[in-house]
Amino acid sequence: MKAALPQTSNVQTRRIRPPFRVGSVMLPLYFMLLLLPIYWMITMSLKTNEEILAGFSLWPQKLTFEHYHEIFTNRAWYSGYLNSLTYVGLNTVISLVIALPAAYAFSRYSFQGDKHLFFWLLTNRMAPPAVFLLPFFQLYQSVGLFDTHIGVALAHLLFNVPLSVWILEGFISGVPREIDETAYIDGYSFGRFFFRVFIPLIRNGIGVTAFFCFMFSWIELLLARTLTSVDAKPIAAVMTRTVSASGMDWGLLAAAGVLTIVPGALVIWFVRNYIAKGFAMGRV
Amino acid sequence: MMKTRNNKAWFLVLPVVISVAFSAIIPLMTVINYSVQDIIGPDQKVFVGLDWFKEVLRDPDLHGAFLRQLLFTLVVLAIEIPLGILIALSMPARGWKASLSLVLIALPLLVPFNVVGTIWQIFGRADIGLGGHFLASLGIDYNYATNPLHAWLTVILMDVWHWTPLVALLCYAGLRSIPEGYYQAAKIDGARAWATFRFIQLPKLSGVLMIGLLLRFMDSFMIYTEPFVLTGGGPGNATTFLSIYLTKLAVGQFDLGPAAAFSLVYFLIIQVVSFVLFTLIQRNSNPTATKQGTP
Repeated sequence: MKAALPQTSNVQTRRIRPPFRVGSVMLPLYFMLLLLPIYWMITMSLKTNEEILAGFSLWPQKLTFEHYHEIFTNRAWYSGYLNSLTYVGLNTVISLVIALPAAYAFSRYSFQGDKHLFFWLLTNRMAPPAVFLLPFFQLYQSVGLFDTHIGVALAHLLFNVPLSVWILEGFISGVPREIDETAYIDGYSFGRFFFRVFIPLIRNGIGVTAFFCFMFSWIELLLARTLTSVDAKPIAAVMTRTVSASGMDWGLLAAAGVLTIVPGALVIWFVRNYIAKGFAMGRV
Repeated sequence: MMKTRNNKAWFLVLPVVISVAFSAIIPLMTVINYSVQDIIGPDQKVFVGLDWFKEVLRDPDLHGAFLRQLLFTLVVLAIEIPLGILIALSMPARGWKASLSLVLIALPLLVPFNVVGTIWQIFGRADIGLGGHFLASLGIDYNYATNPLHAWLTVILMDVWHWTPLVALLCYAGLRSIPEGYYQAAKIDGARAWATFRFIQLPKLSGVLMIGLLLRFMDSFMIYTEPFVLTGGGPGNATTFLSIYLTKLAVGQFDLGPAAAFSLVYFLIIQVVSFVLFTLIQRNSNPTATKQGTP
């Protein structure tokens, strides 16, 4: 399975055939590789630890929900989920509110230093985490934001805001300028135009951007773990600590892992028709 | 359509600048501080100038980590970009099948980084994992915890699993934007599938591919959590990539000076490469810039 992937891709690139025929072989194979590891984790979360370690079976012989029960009844576990959802939600709202006007400005106006400013925003996604974590910790502690939900939400703005501006700018540039001009001629003020006319026009773009903020904030671990200790500790950090403390509780680890995928999977379903365009930063 | 020149637009951008600068500038200044000082105790620091930079540029362990990082990034890009294009070409264009494919493909992107490591850690173990068990039953003595080659293959496969969907989704969006007329014209000209791909689809994809290349370069070059959970940088140093090595240096041995100095070099490398890619994207995605003269 493991070595097969690069080979398939080599063979396939040499003879590109019409999409539908390549698809009939290639796509199911790819989906199998994609889903097998996830399937395995789900299976494992439904097995008892004895069964996991005793031998090999493709599906649970003795179906059990004990691991899920443990997570939903133990405060140390479920508060991790609540913490994550709280700061992710805060981050998504703040990102959108401040990125919308900025994206409009980048799309419609040219101003002193706009190109450099845009690239500078993007460079904040490029700071290698290792050494930057310590000063981050010191900064957030000194301003009293350490171990708060809003603190993590603010820290995640660092990479979500540039991305939001980028995606929204792509969508906004797809709206003809004539619409703005007509609205101004009709006597709309900027604020009224923006909320009444413009935001409804790009609501798909806003939905997709919200999805991306949610996603990147949800999957990030290093910053979230560094900036929290108890009160705002994210679920991903709860996983790493609790599990290593109690030995290797594989079933519980798998169940917690499955539960971290669920919110994302739900959100994907709602934006499925725009998700591809969002990844392309609205630029197609 | 030309953009209006208006410096008041700065007011619209200001909230973004302030919120990002808050988290960006002070940590960066602190790292610069570390890189030129020897921190002996809590209140004892000595200015050492560029000594740390000279030291890290001669550190053989760091060179090793850097080369591994470069190799890793090149390998995953070489696999993920072609594979992503291919998957996008194979995906159904519309209907419920297209929706289902999109949702399934996006799934790995929604998994927290450490859970990605956990998924593959479980999957690859010979005693409890499906993948490891399958290989063992074929008679292959597969163990990513002790065999460096197996560790590499597993880390690469994990990254391909995790991030090929990004490239595929980008290309899918690019392909959907090609008007049907292009294909009909190609058909009338009797173009073969390869020619259609080479001269119609690939040029249309170049813009989104640049974005994919930029995002994948940045993220794969800074990869930390996934391999750390999976192999912890081992066996030996086999999968100790740059970020893992720097973290060992900064947190494990508390050698903040050298770690900070190299972080800045690292940051600079990523910025330069990204700047080149970003400039190409801007040129690509602004067809308006070339059409300014037309009404």
